[in-house]
This record gives sequence, structure tokens and C-alpha cells, in this order.
Amino acid sequence: MKFSESWLRTFVDPACAGDEFSHLLTMAGLEVEEEATVAPPFNKVVVAQVLEVGVHPDADRLKVCRVDVGSGEPLQIVCGAPNAAPGIKVPCALPGAELPGGLQIKIAKVRGIESSGMLCSAKELGTADDAAGLLVLAADAPVGVDIRRHLDLDDRLLTLKLTPNRADCLSLEGVAREVAALTGTPARLVQVATVAATIDSQREVVLDAPEACPRYCGRVIVGVDARAATPTWMSRRLERSGIRPISALVDITNYVMLEVGQPLHAFDNSRLQGAIHARMAQAGEKITLLNEQTLELQPDVLLISDERGPVAMAGIMGGEESGISLATTEVFLESAFFAPKAIAGRARRYSFVSDASHRFERGVDFGGSRRALERASRLMLDICGGQAGPVSEGLAELPARCSVRLRPARVAKVLGLTFSSERIGDLLARLDLSFVKDQDDFIVTPPSYRFDLEIEEDLIEEVARLHGYENIPSPTPVGLLSMLPQTEQSRSRARIRQLLADTGYQEVVNFAFVEEAWERDFADNGALIRLANPIASQLSVMRSTLIGGLLANVATNLKRRQSRARFFETGRCFGRDPQGAPVAGFRQPWKLAALAYGTALPEQWGVAARKVDFFDLKGDLEQLLAPRQASFEKTHHPALHPGRSARVLVDGQAIGFLGELHPQWQQKYDLPLAPVLFELELDAVVLATLPRYGEVSRQPPVIRDMAIVVDQALELQQLIAAMTVNRPKIVREISLFDVYVGRGVDAGKKSLAFRIMMQDTQKTLQEAEVDAAMQQLLAYLQEAFAAQLRV
Amino acid sequence: MHNFDHIVQAASVAFAATDDPDVLEQIKASYLGKSGQVTELLKGLGKLPADERKAAGAAINRVKGAVESVLNARREAIRRMALDARLAEEALDVTLPGRGQSAGGLHPVTRTLERIEALFRSIGFDVADGPEIEADFQNFTALNTPEDHPARSMHDTFYLQDEAGGVAPGVLLRTHTSPIQVRYMQAHLARHAGAENMPEIRVIAPGRVYRVDSDATHSPMFHQVEGLWVGQSVSFADLKGVIADFLRRFFESDDLQVRFRPSFFPFTEPSAEIDMAFMSGALQGRWLEIAGCGMVHPNVLRHVGIDPEKYLGFAFGMGPDRLTMLRYGINDLRLFYDGDLRFLRQFA
Repeated sequence: MKFSESWLRTFVDPACAGDEFSHLLTMAGLEVEEEATVAPPFNKVVVAQVLEVGVHPDADRLKVCRVDVGSGEPLQIVCGAPNAAPGIKVPCALPGAELPGGLQIKIAKVRGIESSGMLCSAKELGTADDAAGLLVLAADAPVGVDIRRHLDLDDRLLTLKLTPNRADCLSLEGVAREVAALTGTPARLVQVATVAATIDSQREVVLDAPEACPRYCGRVIVGVDARAATPTWMSRRLERSGIRPISALVDITNYVMLEVGQPLHAFDNSRLQGAIHARMAQAGEKITLLNEQTLELQPDVLLISDERGPVAMAGIMGGEESGISLATTEVFLESAFFAPKAIAGRARRYSFVSDASHRFERGVDFGGSRRALERASRLMLDICGGQAGPVSEGLAELPARCSVRLRPARVAKVLGLTFSSERIGDLLARLDLSFVKDQDDFIVTPPSYRFDLEIEEDLIEEVARLHGYENIPSPTPVGLLSMLPQTEQSRSRARIRQLLADTGYQEVVNFAFVEEAWERDFADNGALIRLANPIASQLSVMRSTLIGGLLANVATNLKRRQSRARFFETGRCFGRDPQGAPVAGFRQPWKLAALAYGTALPEQWGVAARKVDFFDLKGDLEQLLAPRQASFEKTHHPALHPGRSARVLVDGQAIGFLGELHPQWQQKYDLPLAPVLFELELDAVVLATLPRYGEVSRQPPVIRDMAIVVDQALELQQLIAAMTVNRPKIVREISLFDVYVGRGVDAGKKSLAFRIMMQDTQKTLQEAEVDAAMQQLLAYLQEAFAAQLRV
Repeated sequence: MHNFDHIVQAASVAFAATDDPDVLEQIKASYLGKSGQVTELLKGLGKLPADERKAAGAAINRVKGAVESVLNARREAIRRMALDARLAEEALDVTLPGRGQSAGGLHPVTRTLERIEALFRSIGFDVADGPEIEADFQNFTALNTPEDHPARSMHDTFYLQDEAGGVAPGVLLRTHTSPIQVRYMQAHLARHAGAENMPEIRVIAPGRVYRVDSDATHSPMFHQVEGLWVGQSVSFADLKGVIADFLRRFFESDDLQVRFRPSFFPFTEPSAEIDMAFMSGALQGRWLEIAGCGMVHPNVLRHVGIDPEKYLGFAFGMGPDRLTMLRYGINDLRLFYDGDLRFLRQFA
């Protein structure tokens, strides 16, 4: 809602002004989103009349004008504007004037001819960009009067960011009512008198959909001059409210809409036939609107139609065929109430909004239809001439304004501040909310222009708003001191994130909608969740994996010459799932992914540079899960190198995967090195177990090493698991400390070196027992895995 | 009298002549060894007359003690020299960089979210989480925003395609974290079904939300933190108190102003927009919108089965991205979602 402050001040003129006035509105919930001035500061510019225009003896393009500035003696002013002509009235900057941009006007010689001022264009005054010629003023502009006063250039333009509940403030009168309530300055609304009918012409009005349109007023006005000029005061106010003047008839409907908030529509009466119906559309019915859009309508769209068919989308936009033009001589003027429910969302469905639909879907004063019609009729007769017929009115059941009980005790409970009964009564009265008392309670009946006062809380808000939110205290709250649960069954996500950060990974946050190719390449996702209205094609599919984002992060940073990166992200991923919950049809697990690219360690002295590999990531993953231990299985994953990818299991449950990016994606995504990455179910990662004490042995441990040679294909995990199951009782720990392939070991074989820790809980181990245990272990390995002792 | 001082002097000179501990021990032998000078003197004692023997013995023992003392001093000196030499040799350039992995770090918005969680936990708020593909019903309808409500146009909503390529009915990407209010209240009620007095609900819910909007100040995905406190006496004044307290703690400063101004959300009444302004610094005096809030609308409570006559409460939704920008002086929202290490490393 944009408007001129000086127009508003014709309705209510409180003492406060400028920033204080804007603050008042903002703090009442009518947020002033923008304040602008009509013109930048300048002075000593007056209305002047050009009396004579002569040639400059030394310059073809310059003219020497004699100008009446209302000071008695005409001034001689040299001017280069092409439109300087005798008789026109223009702004003239007098000697001593300071124009926008700091230009000082002095008496000076221009190419040898004295010039005592400057005739100005709109651009020179900063009111418009038009620099083509002098700003020509109206013929009746009073010579000598300060141009700022004449054009009301000290006016301010205010733009309110209105919330959808305050439709009543979508008009000058509405804002004026609010300002009156806030300041106590009485508002002077427009006095509207009934326009007497001087002709009989009338159109019958039929309400076929009385719920959607319970009130429809219309009137025929004949003999209008559609070419009549819109008065300057009206076009100026329209322009300053952001509405382009078009023609007098259209301007008047827009003006009255801004003034009182009632959208009006003027039909060309000669293009209507028979009675006017307000009815619901039939499915498939078509209408071409004033904006030249042709729509096929659905049956929940309210129409205005005549005998032949639709002539307007009610409350949204008129039809092209019945629209007025400069040739129009008779109009049918509509002022109706369309129920918000009948209008809401309809225009948006066809991807447009109009000033009318914006108002009707929020609520237009159903008590004011007739008044607005009379107001517009009067202006039309005054400006365009003609004769008005009687008002036709279709009237059904208007929305009820139910009375609402306001309990002072409830006000205190909700706001945390006690108001006296007098104070509440006073605040309600200032808002023109009529009430009766029922003992302590107020029984309030909201006016027809307020659509937002339906329950007690709505009234409590009004009390608070008018009292001032700033005047409600902000105490430290008092609450019950019950403790929050603090579980050891899981670790916080914050802890997990911190662990990764401490391991050298940088957290990133990537969009949850990604490129379709990522889903195909990295997840082989055949059940994509596509956005219906993505902002860009590369952000069109919901991710089922975090990998794509991390790879894109690497690419982004490579471009910025960051050749080493370690990233992680935690976030929801998405998949279609008939059993999904809580939103049916979708699985939305939290995932955690980490990726490393480049060298294992940052480049540094004393450590040979080495590319990060599978086992670096595996180590980080194990550390992340510790003390719980994961097991790993060779797997195939669409994103990963088939020989370098593993499924991660904890307690036998698969919780994610780990591996090196598949070379084909490395090539496709233009990465010079192979990233290594893992992705896990975050809910599984956070799980923790409560520690349980086990007795610590006091007996000294014995440590022996053993190296064996086995088939290269044999997986360590399998070997250790088997050894653990089949170990002699005194063997406590088996750990691998070396893997060797090469000279001294047959091709196809590998040497594995284990450190075996043995201990008895009760006694010191004897040499013979230890030897026997080692022998037993070796014998098992020889038998089960054809292992050979490496000596 | 017997004077053996010359022996001590000669030994001192001999000991001092070497830095080598092995040589020192060899020289020692020539004085204190089996046939060393001092040992020979002792051996000669028996040949002395008995009356001299005692005095001579004492003198020889003094010489022995003196030689041993000089020897020990020299040993210690040599040991110290050797240690000094070793220490000098082992000295490092302590200004060389340390070895190992570089530090990673948290995303700046994560830092903010963790601080927000910690602050609200400290006054007994639980932390909850909800789905990001959300039911239209939870995102709008249950929050008193029925289909075609003009407030829906305040949110430019992302919708999903169904498998046939049409618009999937009833689901969307949540436009705010407020649906968690509904889900959390329902779960809370279920937990305390049958209790005569429902325990208070105090919860915050941080998360990612989505709107069809992308420019310098809007990202199609951003963060919100929802807050909800419902009980038998929770007022608008309490809301003001909690928020004011939070902002001062969050910014670790009393040097800021907070204002509440009337606004509109379908799911709160009264509703307010929260602005804050710093009283010093680059942004001094500028009011910055940081949250929307209000008293939970009775329809929302009623909807989940809470009696709005008995229970009431407040809800707020704040923008942690904005808070992060203000806290760390970041001037472009898009940096958060760009993954640029040069930016992210600054918050490690």
C-alpha cells in the first residue's frame, strides 16, 4: 500500500511528522517499508510564465526569454530548451537558488547575454527523469508561487507492508482511521451524498451465488465524456500511489478504491445486454480479460455475466469485451462485495494478482459498497458529465459480525499485564469498536470493515497494539525446574560434528535439491523425488545422498586453487517409501558424509606427501564410531570404485558405505585425483552403549609375534574373526602390525604379521604354556587357511 | 713430615689434560690403580717404622681422598661437557611448524544453532526435529492457515512432483519450522495422556526450511529455529522476557535494543515481529528483523487437543542465518551455501 502523506493528511492531520510518524505506524503493525520524497531539496524556484522568446545573437541553439516570475519586472533568461515558447508556464530558478546536486543559480552572462535565472526541466528539479525540455505547468498555475508548494513537492510517499489481516488499511480512509485511533486526532472522512437519479436507465442485478456475492450495487451513467481530462489533483494522487493515470473513467474507479478501499469496475454499458448475474462459472467457460489473457475457468470461479456470457471475473478483473474505452459514452458502474473465500487464491491460480483481488481476498467493507458507488458516481458526473440512473442492488445475507466477549482477566493472563476496565474501554472506543458491558466483560461487535476480529485473542491483540507492545514489560520468566533427560544411549549430533571437525574435516551445508545426474550417478536412484517448481534445473531433485554436494564442494574449491579438501555434511536425505513416516510415502533419514581429496596430510616439512587413500578414511570412520567397532564387507556401490568400496556394518547392521570414487565419475566430474569418502546413517552413528566394568588382570602379559603367509585374496577380517573364535583361552588380543607382498613371498600370497597378547587372570604364564598356545594358533591357521609360518 | 701435595698437583694436571672419560679412567689407574702412585705409597707403609706409620698412613689417605675428589670433579666436568655438547647438537628450530593433520571446523550456522540450543537448554527447553518434506496439513492447515488463505502467499512454497509428473497433492517442502509445534504437541499429549495436568511444553526445533526465493538476501534453503512454550500461565510478557534475555546472551552484550511490533501470523494471536538494533558498531541504530512470534493461536492448540482456556503459550520462529551474519559480521547470505573453504575456515 503506497500513498502520499499529504493526501492522508487531508483525512487526519496529527501533530507528529516525519520519522516519528513512520515509527508510529510501524509500531502499530502498519510497517512503513519505504519512505520517499517527491523531490530532493532545492529552493527559490517559482512558477513563471514565458512572455517572449527571442534568438541569441551568438548561439543558434540558445534562446533569450523574457519571463514573468511575479516580481513585477520580467527577467531576461537564456535558455536552451527546445520547447521554450511564449505563453507557457514553467518552473524558474531565481538568482540565489540552489538546485539538486548543488547547482547555484547566479546572474551571469551566457555567450555574452545576461541571464537572471534558469528555466527548469523535471530532471533539473529531481522530480522525474525527463530532461527533454522544460517542465510545462498547467495554464492556470499561479505565477510567482513557490514551485514546491504549487506541485506539493514536500509531500512524502509512504509504502506500508501490510499483513494479510489488515485489509481495512488498504485505503486512505482505513489508514486515517488507524492514525486517528493511535493519536487521538479525529479523522475527517469523505462526505458522500446520494446522487439523485436523473434518468431511468437501470440494469437488473441477479445474485445467483448469494454466498459468494451477497451484495452487488450497480448504476448506469449515460452521456459521459470518456475523453475528459483527469483533474491534476487526482492524477497526482494516483501517481504518488503508484497507479498510472489512464483515462478519467478508469482513474476515478482507481481513485475511489484508494480512497475508501472499495474496488470498483466500470463496464461499457453499451456492450452489456440484459440483466447482470453474479454466478459461478461453468466448467470450461472462457473469458478474455482486460490484460488480454484468455482463461478457461473452473466452476469455483465467481463470474459477472450478462445475458450473453461472462463479462468479468468477479473481484479480480473485468473482461476485455465489455471494458471501457475512449469511445465509451455510457457506463455501468459496479460496487460489490465478494466474499473472501470466493476470491482467495483464484487469481494466483492463473498467475496474476490485481488490486481488486488483493483487496477482496482479504476482505472489503461490505457496509460501504453503496457509499463507494455514490462517491464514484459523483466524481464521474463532475469530471465526465452525464446523467445517472438509479442504483440497482442485489442483496443477500451479508457476513455476520458476531459479538466477541473480552474478559479483562483473560487480557491480563495472555499479555502478562493487568489493564483497568476503563483503560480497555478507552482503547476499544478509540478503535471505534462498539461494545456493551456484561459485568466485568466487554461484549464487542466489530465493524463491517474489520475481518480480523473474530475471537477474544484478536481483541486482546488490539488492546496490546494500541497500548503499545513497547509498553508491555519483559520480565525474566518463571518456570518449573524439572530436569531434561540426559541419555548415555546416544551421543549428540553436535558431538559427532565436533569429532569430525577435530579430525580435520570442514563442515559444509549444501542444498537438499540437487542435479538429477548426481542422483543417477551416485545413487542409481530410479525413484526420483522431483520438485514441481524448482528454481533451476540443477536444483530440481531431492537428494538421497550427500555425496554430490561434497564433490561439488571439491570442484568449487579446486577452481579457487584449494587443492586439498576434507569436508563433511550432516543432513536429511530423501527417498520414496510406501512405508515412510511421519510423512506418508517418504523416507527422510539423517545422513552423515565425509570426503577427503588431495594429500593425506596438509603439505608440510618432514612428512613425505602422500595421496589420501581408502585406509585414511577408514581410520577416521573407525575413530568416529569408537568405542563401537564396525566391520567391513566388500561391496558394489554405484558411486564407488568396485575394488575399493566397502559396506560398513555395526552389530551386523549395514549403516553405510566407504570407498574411493569410481574412476568414471572422477573423469566425468573433472577431478584430477580420486576422492575417498564415506556416508553413514547418522542415527546409527550417534548410538552409544553404556560402559560396563570388567576386572583388570594383575598378571603380566606376554607378547609374541607371528608372521604367516596366506592367499592374497584372503580378507583380514575373516582371518581375525576365525582366530578370535578359535583362540586358546590365554590369548587376549590379536592385532595386525604388518602386511607384506613382494620379494620373499610367493606371487599371489601375502605375509601378515600379528602381535599376540597373552595373559592369565590368575597366574603368571609359563614359557611352555605360551609356546603351546602359539603352536595351537598356528596349527589352526595352517589347517583352516593353509597358512604357512614365515620365518 | 710426609708431604704428598705434589702428587695431588700432578694428578690434577693429568686429569685436566683429557676430555675423554676413558682416558681419564686410565690416568686414574696411574694414581689409584693396583700399581698407581698412591697405591704404591700405601704398599710402602709396612716398611716404615711403627711410630711413623700412623702419621704417614693418614697423610697418604688424605692424598688418596684429594686425588679421588679431583678425579670426581673432573668426571663430573667431562660428563657435563658431553651433555652440553649433546644438548647443543640436539637443539631444534622450535619455530618450524608442527606436524600432523590440519584443523577442520564447524559451519558458522552450526555454531549459531549449537549456541541457541545451549542457551535454551539452560532454561529447560528440549530440542526437537521434524521432517523437511512435510504434509501440507502440518505446514499450513493445522497452523490455522487453510487452503487459499492469503497468508499462504507470504510463503512461496516448493511442491513435489508425483510419480506421474503431476503436482503431488498434500506434500511440500516445509516453508518454516512451525509444523514441529504441531508434531511436538501431539507427541507430548500422547506421552502424558490421562494426566490431569499436562506438564509444560518447552521446546526449540532448529532446521532447514525452503522457499522459492533466491537473491542476495534470500536463499531457497535456509535455517529457522522454532520455539514453543505452553503451560498454564505463559504470557506475552514472558515471550518478551525470554527473547530479550536470549539476544543479550547470544550476542554477549547488553548493548542492544529489542523491539516487538505488531504483525500477523495465522498461527499466533497476538503476533509480533521482533527487531533488534545494536547501540554501537557498524550497524548502530538500524532495526533488523530477526524473528516472528506470538501467543499460540487457540485454534492451533484446540487442533491438537489442548484446551486453550486452560493452557496458553508462545511460539517464535527466528532466523539463525541472520543471527550468524550479525554475530560474525558476514554480509552475504549466499556464502553459507557455497562451500568455499576460504570462507568456512574462518569459523573453525
